[in-house]
Amino acid sequence: MPEAPPLLEARDLEVHFPITRGVLLQRNAGAVRAVDGVSLVLERGTTFGLVGESGCGKTTLGRTIVRLYKPTAGAILVDGQDIAAGTRETVQGLPRRLQMIFQDPYASLDPRMTIGACVAEPLRIQRLGSAHERQARVAELLDLVGLRTRDTSSYPHELSGGMRQRVGIARALALSPDIIVADEPVSSLDVSIQAQIVNLLRRLQRDLGLSYLFISHDLSLVRRISDQVAVMYLGRIVESAPPRELYRHPLHPYTVALLSAIPVPNPIIEAQRQRIILTGELPSAANPPSGCRFHTRCWLRTKLGNPEVCTSEDPALSPLAPAHTVACHFASEVDGTPEQESVTRGLGGR
Amino acid sequence: MVASVQLPFEERSLGSMSLASDHVVSTPSSGGESEIAGRSLTQIAWARLRRDKVAMTSVVVITLILLFAIFAPVICKLLGISPTEINTDNVSDFGGLPNGFKHSGISWQHPLGVEPQTGRDLLARLLYGSRISLLIALSGTIITMVVGVVVGIIAGYSRGWLDTALGRFMDIVLAFPVLLILLALSNPLTQRLEVSFHMQPNSARILYIILVLSLFGWPYLARIVRGQVLSLREREFVESAVAMGAGTRRILFKEILPNLWAPILVYASLLLPTFIAAEATLSFLGVGLVPPTPSWGAMLADSVRYFRVDPAFLFIPGTYLFIVVLGFNLLGDAIRDALDPRAGRV
Repeated sequence: MPEAPPLLEARDLEVHFPITRGVLLQRNAGAVRAVDGVSLVLERGTTFGLVGESGCGKTTLGRTIVRLYKPTAGAILVDGQDIAAGTRETVQGLPRRLQMIFQDPYASLDPRMTIGACVAEPLRIQRLGSAHERQARVAELLDLVGLRTRDTSSYPHELSGGMRQRVGIARALALSPDIIVADEPVSSLDVSIQAQIVNLLRRLQRDLGLSYLFISHDLSLVRRISDQVAVMYLGRIVESAPPRELYRHPLHPYTVALLSAIPVPNPIIEAQRQRIILTGELPSAANPPSGCRFHTRCWLRTKLGNPEVCTSEDPALSPLAPAHTVACHFASEVDGTPEQESVTRGLGGR
Repeated sequence: MVASVQLPFEERSLGSMSLASDHVVSTPSSGGESEIAGRSLTQIAWARLRRDKVAMTSVVVITLILLFAIFAPVICKLLGISPTEINTDNVSDFGGLPNGFKHSGISWQHPLGVEPQTGRDLLARLLYGSRISLLIALSGTIITMVVGVVVGIIAGYSRGWLDTALGRFMDIVLAFPVLLILLALSNPLTQRLEVSFHMQPNSARILYIILVLSLFGWPYLARIVRGQVLSLREREFVESAVAMGAGTRRILFKEILPNLWAPILVYASLLLPTFIAAEATLSFLGVGLVPPTPSWGAMLADSVRYFRVDPAFLFIPGTYLFIVVLGFNLLGDAIRDALDPRAGRV
């Protein structure tokens, strides 16, 4: 008997945005390869953390998975069924499976709608229940995310950032989806509120059996919430591992550099830690570097004396440990380097 | 990291809430919590408008002017004045200047004075003139709004080639020298209207002015709307509606259009006085209505020649026009402020 397909799977997903030139006769002048061959698997009831610096394509990836963007190539499988083809409206019942929590809870709520109307909107759009039932459902949802029933008649601008994000979560839950793509759900909130929202998301996951694709640039946060973490660089996943493994044995030079930016609370260890500062800008996704995309900024390449293979050959994502895949020609060289050792000090134990 | 973030938020127990089903089972557990009466945004906007003294003054002024226009025949009959009746007794035999107060002809019989040369009553002409000015401005504004909003939404939402095509078309329309066309086509077109549709000369001219004003007025609004739609459709709340499965119609009418009312109303409030002024300009240039019919523009045109000797003849219609235009502008501003959901509540 074949294994049941994973809840959500992306296979070689590509999202390219064409760059057009000319006013009347538009011709294509290349494309921004925002997402360029990403594969990932999200198992039921787990959280897949996606990290990377801004511009690496993580938001595009998330939005493509909920089909706000149409993928250029590749497949998105929900329970083994491909949803990549067709428009969002034609993919039957998709909104009931996949919902999204947006980064900016203020921008994602219509300023002219009350909180009650905002939360009821998905139900109205999907024509579920009578007005009375919807009202009851809204009250239930608001209670679930920790808002008071009397907030129903408030407007988004009257709420605090944390409360707004709770509204965003409530409306994402309204259709009882099983997959939620959370695009930087807490990055616009301050730290104490971040913790509240993250705890809320975890509780909801536990109680409702949700699966999250959690997009963030905050490595410490992703570590806390994820079962598997993937690091994205310039439209590709460069390393993917369970958080403990990733934070103890980062095997991609880029991951090592990212981890070096996480502060460690112990000041003695922090003082000894090395910070790897990447030189140069993130290259343009319209014209990615040849070979390994990271070679223009790679500290390991410099250390190894600029081997040719980095510029000529694109490293494939290959498994080096159980559930740990890396896309680097010299991943094995990373293990045991003073950089890796220094960066992970204080990060490993918990 | 290590130090994981503390959990200051005490989790609430969930009870037996069933979220897995689409059916709503449980009822809100509002344990005696008194419901605060929620006011809709329209109600809030009304409350704000009622508080705004400038807005209320504008409303009163505009209402009065509209009432004056509608009941002009009744008012004139009551006062015993007529806009077209020539009465040379009111003007001097030499030079034709009005008799009475500083050559203005102001008297109990003619409260705003009389016209030089003809001696026609100014108040009556002003009131009758407002009927035509407001008719042209209001219908022109409505047509412009409808066309501009529809085209703007289509262009902004479709993007792609349709947007490009509509954009270029708007450019072409905007590139026409409106005034020259108005003047040049006035006679042939109004005659065609008169002959083809058996219209009165004045009706044909009114229709012509309305059509030409709206024909050349909509691209400005369409561009504003298009820009707003372009920015709105990228806003996250629109995207989140898409993520919930909302179709194009819902996105356009429930998400985008309500957020367009503020710019549309403001533009309308600016357009209306522009059209009033445009009609005045056209009459001033002689494209307006056939002479005995009074119109604000024609009155201003006539009055310029008498500015030195009979300034009241210029200032009275001028002031009236000014008040109308100002009233609409201020009301537009106030409506925009009142509709802004982010402004302070009353």
